[in-house]
Amino acid sequence: MTWLVPLPVIMPLLGAALTLLIRRRPNLQRTVSVLVLSATLGVAVALLALTAGGDPLVVTVGGWPAPLGIVLVADRLAALMLVVSAAVTLCVLVYSIGQGLADGDGSTPVAVYHPAYLILTAGVTNAFLAGDLFNLYVGFEILLAASYVLITIGATKSRIRDGTTYVVVSLLSSLIFLTAIGLIYAATGTLNLAQLAGRLDALPDSLQLGLQSMLLLAFGIKAAVFPLSAWLPDSYPTAIAPVTAVFAGLLTKVGVYAIIRTQTLLFPDGPAADIVLVAALLTMTVGILGAVAQSDIKRLLSFTLVSHIGYMLFGIGLASSAGLSGAIFYVVHHIIIQTTLFLAAGLIERRGGTTTLDRLGGLARLAPVLGVLFFLPALNLAGIPPFSGFLGKLGLLQAGVADGGALAWLLVAGSVVTSLLTLYAIGRVWNLAFWSSPRAGTSARTAARGRVLPRLMVGSTLALVLLGTGLTVVAGPLFDVTTRAATELLDREPYVRAVFAEESP
Amino acid sequence: MSPNLLLVIVVGVLFAAGVTLLLERNLTRVILGITLLGNGVNLLILLGGAYGGPPIVGVTPEPQMADPLTQAMILTAIVITLGMTAFLLAMAYRSWFLTGHDDVQDDVEDRRIMARAERDQGLEDEDTPESENPAVEDPAAEDAAVEGAPR
Repeated sequence: MTWLVPLPVIMPLLGAALTLLIRRRPNLQRTVSVLVLSATLGVAVALLALTAGGDPLVVTVGGWPAPLGIVLVADRLAALMLVVSAAVTLCVLVYSIGQGLADGDGSTPVAVYHPAYLILTAGVTNAFLAGDLFNLYVGFEILLAASYVLITIGATKSRIRDGTTYVVVSLLSSLIFLTAIGLIYAATGTLNLAQLAGRLDALPDSLQLGLQSMLLLAFGIKAAVFPLSAWLPDSYPTAIAPVTAVFAGLLTKVGVYAIIRTQTLLFPDGPAADIVLVAALLTMTVGILGAVAQSDIKRLLSFTLVSHIGYMLFGIGLASSAGLSGAIFYVVHHIIIQTTLFLAAGLIERRGGTTTLDRLGGLARLAPVLGVLFFLPALNLAGIPPFSGFLGKLGLLQAGVADGGALAWLLVAGSVVTSLLTLYAIGRVWNLAFWSSPRAGTSARTAARGRVLPRLMVGSTLALVLLGTGLTVVAGPLFDVTTRAATELLDREPYVRAVFAEESP
Repeated sequence: MSPNLLLVIVVGVLFAAGVTLLLERNLTRVILGITLLGNGVNLLILLGGAYGGPPIVGVTPEPQMADPLTQAMILTAIVITLGMTAFLLAMAYRSWFLTGHDDVQDDVEDRRIMARAERDQGLEDEDTPESENPAVEDPAAEDAAVEGAPR
């Protein structure tokens, strides 16, 4: 069944070409996009089922054997990420179609939107499946190139201004990544992840630390880890709502995925684990303090996004099976929740005419459905007990306590404080935008007339809310999957064996 | 095999010049910086592979072949950098079209904080009400910079 592995990359790429060809027929274009992403979701689910036995699926592209040719590897972690990302991209696509239909497609040039969106998906899946560093780089470039188009779509003054920051910072991180690739190739003579796993161990410690820091730097910018996160809250909020949502949910997590993959496979006992833990602590606290100070919902959510990247780094930095498992669980939870919240923010903007807290009010009475759509994922993000946010944080805290080091305890304390501050920030949004009485003359009241939320937009947001809430129900089996994925990652051997099994049949 | 010293120095110079240009506020210079950095990285990758004759079977004996993989990677990287540079140039043009210059501007939050600081200062001493924004300079000079002319 290895022929399934390249499909999540190929189908969106072909779909992008097709939607570009039929750009004059918007209805057909929408149908093709939805069909392609549904098929991708189907394949992703099939891959997750196939890797359940524990053996990664490997495809050697073009039939060239492993160290020379390009390999695509779908192990448990990659398959899990594929399923979540496909589900989220599909929901966001439906949301944006709803928005396009409601607005008469006047404000967004849909002809470019669908191909760019599908290419973005292809880049994300390619990064998840990449079996060598250079292919990972190409995956990043595909998704970044598409994201440049999406973030500046419409090319208004504010989008160009904020897009400039985003593009230049992303290009810089790509150049750092490419430099790291050049140096790693010079040091080891290979870029195949499975082969690197053995060869990097033989290098002197100082050289390993240098290479590891360069990769961490490049991925840290993409994942918005604290000292490198300033670009994110400035560039994400100005894009159109579905674009912000899919960026917030997926793009930073691709960076986190790359960190997980390289840390576990290439530098398992690397000397930089403490650096990762310190960065995690700073990302959490500085991010959430930024969120508390914001008065705009989208900017506030961007800061919580930065802050919660810290939780995933916490798990990665612990480098134990429990920590990694918690981190992977948190990535899955956070992709869904953060996307949902940004979609809900888009609905708030539609209903209230703005996302500035000073000018919103009384939305709970004006739009009760919207209230539910925001309230559930918001509580989930803050980590209120029955939700998956709580379970993910609990897993990480347990891993931290089990580690027992001073830094780990500090991070446990930091996690709890961050969680409380998230609740405070979210509570402020709820109080000001939803709970307070509608203020006279505010835009919420003036916009209340005739502003009905499109059913497709509400429906897709609702689907994601249900998915996020449903994580609680399947938390047991999901945690089982992440734990086994973490064990395999730390073991390294199944991955390496699967890649080189092709070589000697 | 030891790396070619001249190439190593060239890589260093390209990186240094690229980083210096990246620190400029003017988007055109940032693009030039990224181009230089990109070329520096490409040369760096080339240095990582073995030297030798053309890697074609039958032309060069196998031990004396150059490493073809680095060249393949550089070709890919060049194509990607080309696309990104084209996009950045389009953005610089659009920025110039919309605002009359292509300087990277302060973000909203920074400007709000600056305005607040200026207001506070204005309350303390009344004689400095001017607000000087480094992003807004003489538009004519900006236009010249867009076309690549030295200021």
